[in-house]
Amino acid sequence: MSGARRLALLGRAYLALVLLFLYAPVIVMALMSFNRSPFYTLPIRWTTDWYVKLADNDALIAAGLNSLLIAVVTAVLATVLGTAAALAFRRYDFPGKRLLQMLLLPPIAIPWLIVGTAMLVFFFWIGLGRGLHAMLLGHVALALPYVVVVVSARLSAFNPELEEAARVLGAGPWQVLRHVTLPFLAPGLVAAALFAFAVSFDQFVISYFLAVPGVSTLPVEIYTAIRKGFTPEINAISTIVIAVSTLVLVGVARVYRFGSAR
Amino acid sequence: MAAQSAGGGGRPTVRTLATLLGPAYVWLLLTIFLPLSAMLYFSFLSDVPVGAREAELTLENYAAFFERDFYRSLMLRSFQLGAVVTGLCLLIGFPCAYILAKSIKGRAREALFLLVILPFWTNALVRVFSWTMVLRGNGVLERAVNAVFPEVGPLGLMFTYPAIVVGLVHSYLPYMILTCYVSLQAIDDDVIDAARALGAGWGTILRRLVLPLAAPGMIAGAVLIFVPVIGSFMEPRILGGTQGTFIGTVIEDQFTAVFNWPLGAALSFLMLGFVLALFALAAPAFRRLDG
Repeated sequence: MSGARRLALLGRAYLALVLLFLYAPVIVMALMSFNRSPFYTLPIRWTTDWYVKLADNDALIAAGLNSLLIAVVTAVLATVLGTAAALAFRRYDFPGKRLLQMLLLPPIAIPWLIVGTAMLVFFFWIGLGRGLHAMLLGHVALALPYVVVVVSARLSAFNPELEEAARVLGAGPWQVLRHVTLPFLAPGLVAAALFAFAVSFDQFVISYFLAVPGVSTLPVEIYTAIRKGFTPEINAISTIVIAVSTLVLVGVARVYRFGSAR
Repeated sequence: MAAQSAGGGGRPTVRTLATLLGPAYVWLLLTIFLPLSAMLYFSFLSDVPVGAREAELTLENYAAFFERDFYRSLMLRSFQLGAVVTGLCLLIGFPCAYILAKSIKGRAREALFLLVILPFWTNALVRVFSWTMVLRGNGVLERAVNAVFPEVGPLGLMFTYPAIVVGLVHSYLPYMILTCYVSLQAIDDDVIDAARALGAGWGTILRRLVLPLAAPGMIAGAVLIFVPVIGSFMEPRILGGTQGTFIGTVIEDQFTAVFNWPLGAALSFLMLGFVLALFALAAPAFRRLDG
C-alpha cells in the first residue's frame, strides 16, 4: 500500500514539474513587464512605466484592435458557414459526401507556412493583394474545419424526432430550425465561435504573410518588435493578452461545468 | 436510408445542399485549394509572372533541390528537428497524460486538466518569446543555476539548437498530453485491475495493454506535432538566431526577402511530398500499433 502511495506522490511531483515547465517562462515574461530595466537585468526593480508607454504606442494598439476585429468577424462567419455544412453532413447522404469531409483536412493538416505563402501568391496573382480583407479570408478558412467538428459533435447528440414532431405539428423548415434545432445547438455554437475566435486571435503565420506595413495584427507586430530588438512594452502587451485569454477560458470552463451539472 | 434515420426527410435537393454547403466550400476553394494549385503552378515557373517578365515552364526549381547539398541537408535537419521534438513530447507528455487519466480523480483532475490545456489557448508566439527571457545570458535560468552551482558559469543557451528544441517542445507538449489523455481515459480501469489480478506485472500491462490501447492518441499527437514543427520558421528565428536555419526559414526567405517565389513553392511541395512519403512508409507500423 505504501508503495502505491509513494508512486502516486511521485506522479503528482512529475505533474508539478511539467506544469512548472509550461508556466514558468510565461510568468517570468509577465514579471519582466514590471521591470524598470529595458534590458531585463536582474534583480527586478518594480515599475508600471511600460504599461503607460504601451498606452501611447499607437501601432501596437491599432494592431490589437485589428486582431480583435478580425477574430470577431472570423468567429461569426466561420460559425455560420461551418454550422450550415455540419447540418448538411448530419442530415443527408449524397454522392461525394466523404470527399467533401476529407477536404476539410488540408486547412488543418498542411503547415501554415505553405498555406500562408500559397495565399500570398494567389491573392497577389488575382489582384486581391494583402491587407485586412486577405487576412480575414485566410482566418475563416482555418477556423471553418474546427467549427464543423465542434458543431457535428453537438449534432450527434441531437434527437431528430424532435424536428419530426415539430414538423408534424405544422412547423415550416425555418420555424423548425429557429425554434428546435438552433436552441439545442446553442452550446455547440458558442463553443465553435470561441474556438474560431481563438484560432484567429492567435494566428501569426497566415497574418504575417498577408500583412502590409501599417496594417497588421497583434502577433505580427509583436514578432516584428522581437526581431528588431526586445522591448518591455512587448512584455506588457503579451501579459495583457495572456491574462485576458486565461480569464476567458477559466470563465468558459466554469460556465460549461455548470451547464453539465444542471 | 441513413438520411431517413437522421430525420432528413428523404433525399436532399441539389438546391438544399448548395445552400448549406456552397458558402463553406466556395470559401475553402478560394482560400485553400486555388492558392495551393496556383503555388504548384508557380513551382514549375522560371520566374514570377509579373509585368513584362517572361516566365516559362521548367523543372529547374526542383532540380535545384537535388543538385545542391544545401537544401537537402536543411530538409534533413528539419526532419530531425521534427523527430526530436515529437519524441520528447511523447516522452514527457505520455506519463503526464497517464497520471492525469488514471491516478488523479474528481475536481483535482478537472483543474489540472484545465491547467495543462490552458497554454494551448494562449498565444503561441508570446510563449516562444517568453523563453528568450529565461534562456538569455544572465537571464533567469543562468542565475538560478549559478546560485546553486556557482562553478557552472555562463550557460550560453540562447541562440542554440537546444533552445529551439526547448521552445518547440513547450509549444507543442499540450497537444500530446491532450490526445494521449483522451485515448487513455477510454481505457476501463477494471481491465487494468483484471490484468493485475491475473498476475501481470507493470511492464506487461504497459506493453500489452496500455500502449496498444493508447496508440491512436499517441499517433494523433505525433502527427499533430511533427507536421507543424517541420514547417516552423518563427520559433527557430526567435530562439535560434544564426543557428536557426531550417527548411522552413529558407522557404519563408524566398517569399519575404529573396522574392524567388518559384523556388519557395518548389521547396514547399518537396517538403509536403517528403512528409506524405514518410507517413506512407510509417502507415504499416501505425496500423500494427492500432490493431
